[in-house]
Amino acid sequence: MNMGWTLAARQGARLLGQGALVAGAVGVLSFAMTRALPGDAAYRIAAGRYGYDMVDTAAADAVRSELGLDRSAAEQLLAWLGDLAHLRLGQSMVSGDPVLEEIAHQLGHTLQLSLVAWLAAMVLGLLLGTWAALQGRHWSTRWIDPACTVLRASPAFLLGVVLMLGLGVHLGWLPVAGHGEPVHLVLPGLALALTLLPGMTQVVRTRLQQVLRSDAFEFAQTKGLPLPAALWRHAAAPLALGTLAYAGMQLVLLVEGVVVIESLVAWPGIGHALVHAVISRDVPMIQGTALAMGLLFVLLNGVMDAAVQWLDPRLREPAGRSAA
Amino acid sequence: MTLAPPPSALRRALLLSAAVSVSTAMAQTGPTTNARVLKVAAPWEIGSLDPSKTGYIFTRLEVTETLVDVDASGQLAPGLAVRWAVSPDQKTWRFALRPGAVFHDGSPVTPEAVVRSLQRALAQPGILKNTPVQRIAAVNGEVQIELKQAFTALPAFLAHNSTQVLAPASFAADNSVQAVVGSGPYKVVRVNAPQKLETAAFEGWTGKRPAVQRVEYLATGRGETRGMLAESGQADLVFTHDAVAIERLKRNPRLQFHTLPIPRTLYLKVNAAHPLLKDIKVRQAISLAIDRPGIAQAILREPKAAATQLFSPGMAEWHVPGLQPLVRDPGRARQLLQEAGWVAGADGLLRKDGRPFKLTLRTFSDRPEQPPMATAIQAQLREVGLDVAVAIMNASDIPAGHQDGSLELALVARNYALVPDPIGSLLQDFSPQGGDWGAMGWQSAQVTSALESLSTTNDPARRSRLRGALSTVLQAELPLIPVAWYQHTATHSKRVGNVSIDPLERSYRISHITWGL
Repeated sequence: MNMGWTLAARQGARLLGQGALVAGAVGVLSFAMTRALPGDAAYRIAAGRYGYDMVDTAAADAVRSELGLDRSAAEQLLAWLGDLAHLRLGQSMVSGDPVLEEIAHQLGHTLQLSLVAWLAAMVLGLLLGTWAALQGRHWSTRWIDPACTVLRASPAFLLGVVLMLGLGVHLGWLPVAGHGEPVHLVLPGLALALTLLPGMTQVVRTRLQQVLRSDAFEFAQTKGLPLPAALWRHAAAPLALGTLAYAGMQLVLLVEGVVVIESLVAWPGIGHALVHAVISRDVPMIQGTALAMGLLFVLLNGVMDAAVQWLDPRLREPAGRSAA
Repeated sequence: MTLAPPPSALRRALLLSAAVSVSTAMAQTGPTTNARVLKVAAPWEIGSLDPSKTGYIFTRLEVTETLVDVDASGQLAPGLAVRWAVSPDQKTWRFALRPGAVFHDGSPVTPEAVVRSLQRALAQPGILKNTPVQRIAAVNGEVQIELKQAFTALPAFLAHNSTQVLAPASFAADNSVQAVVGSGPYKVVRVNAPQKLETAAFEGWTGKRPAVQRVEYLATGRGETRGMLAESGQADLVFTHDAVAIERLKRNPRLQFHTLPIPRTLYLKVNAAHPLLKDIKVRQAISLAIDRPGIAQAILREPKAAATQLFSPGMAEWHVPGLQPLVRDPGRARQLLQEAGWVAGADGLLRKDGRPFKLTLRTFSDRPEQPPMATAIQAQLREVGLDVAVAIMNASDIPAGHQDGSLELALVARNYALVPDPIGSLLQDFSPQGGDWGAMGWQSAQVTSALESLSTTNDPARRSRLRGALSTVLQAELPLIPVAWYQHTATHSKRVGNVSIDPLERSYRISHITWGL
């Protein structure tokens, strides 16, 4: 039991370290990138606040002095890092609301959508990949590879628009856009799941084919174990390990798609917020959203690592032996 | 070496159940009502509850009111104020409030509440700051506004959404807006910023009871999505469509398509002090080289959008029907340039004293039509021998270039309907120093005095003469070269009736809408 806690503590400390590193790097990088954008930030922020038509030099000057944009870059960055050390993310330059509050609201929506998409991709990928592996080179599986290639080549934006046109406009089965009810999750969730599905299917299929060809599996079948039992005994664990690690990596792809899909279906998530923050040059919001995304990556990677270790005792053995 | 044991059955079961089950935590409870809900989609997000920021959403959805309203013909009409009067010296305005008006929290609309809202508006950067307001107070049961100098357009400024009147309960202790408690026919039921807003008919409204009892507003940034919301019938009222979708939407039998010219003009802002642009003949030649109907048809997909003068026909008082229209005539343009001393070289491009005619046209992509329009203008100017480079920059490079004098030509879109009277914009654009978005290196004593007189004169005949004189000077001297008038587009589903679209987008007029089928 002690051993487990030590491990967990070590993992936790490592995660915290990674998180701090990512927070600093993301904050500095997003600040530098925002500074490098052409044009005067004060005009952009004024446009974000009061509307593009109300912007003139006087409004921009008012914004500049109110927000201290005339301070040096180093001063502004140090102030932000100082706030971050106190776990303060500041206020949005456009709305004036605390960044933390806005992010908390958006992150919930993004997590909801991502989770649905990710689980849907896992389930569909497992089913499709398993079926394809078991069928072998059967004619009924020949469409899978071309379909996966087409899906892989299609950006999330295109998949989203096609689904919206097909399921929303022509068939009228699903709402084209909006949020607030569970049904609103289906279309964007499916669009995102489709971006993950090809990779998932192919990994499951390849991994399972390897298992099916292994000596252990052949022996299990030779000794008369029925296929479902043999799969459960000998294929489930290696399959889970292989796919879980891959599914973790797919989160990167997911985040990329979320930014696009959220804007497309008017979903009040963090990707959508990031796009708007960049447009109106809202530096604290850009830093805050990038930070939330970065930390989420660290956290999910940590969870994935822990899940893999938990599933595969071999990875934990050295620690166990030394403790024993 | 021994292989490690496989994961326990418990782990496998947990793993599979995690992979297969779709979490029920995701289920949300949404509003479920039996009442018919009118769904509205537009690109504008609810960035803030503050009237100075995204207050227009609340006036458009008839949640809040302004003292002065605008009727269907664009004329000022009573809003929260039933009548107003100005003192003989034109410096003190008094507004009498509608008797019996109540806020959504049941409290009466008092002059004190109005004064608080207006004073707050005056303290924010915004439209009221551009007026000579000196003092706002509640006097004898009325709202009294004292001016430093006469300013006849004041009521028009009080129709702007940033001057909307909120109940005292709307403000937190630090004077920030914590809730939008207005006095309009609809009250806010739920704000799910930045995209969703739900309203319901207000029981305390003393006017005609609206047929639409519940409204759901969805801010939908992407034009493709708005088009699909309209086509699928999932939104009843959709504003601002992509130019490429217009033909398809017009053909849809379930939709009624609307297009209206709005008081927004796309024009070339010209640095008239620039050595190459100082000569009025050159500015006229540029104007004659532009194929406005071609640009309107190909880029805006609306032939009516070709500008023949600065102010569109939608601006009834400002559009001058008798004005000689701006047309295309490349032959005349070449002739004018020749008269100005420009001679074509071997490559067809013009030179004077061995120096080529070379300029940079700045524009920005906040409005997607602008960059293609700039390149079309570039090609058309090249036809008459002018070498113009297009630079797609940030919108802020226009005012910045104006301030430091580096700007040569810019393609911009100017909104003249910030307040129902464009005098607000014009005073900025044609001030003696020019304006960030208006004239540059150009001034006219006649325009300055016409604007001055317009701000202080009430006599309709004189005002009309002044507007005509102003338009004539602008048309002749071309400190700004009009290209196109913006068109406002909207669709509504045929399950609703009595829909009218406000070209100024001040109100979605939902309280007038009836249910059709």
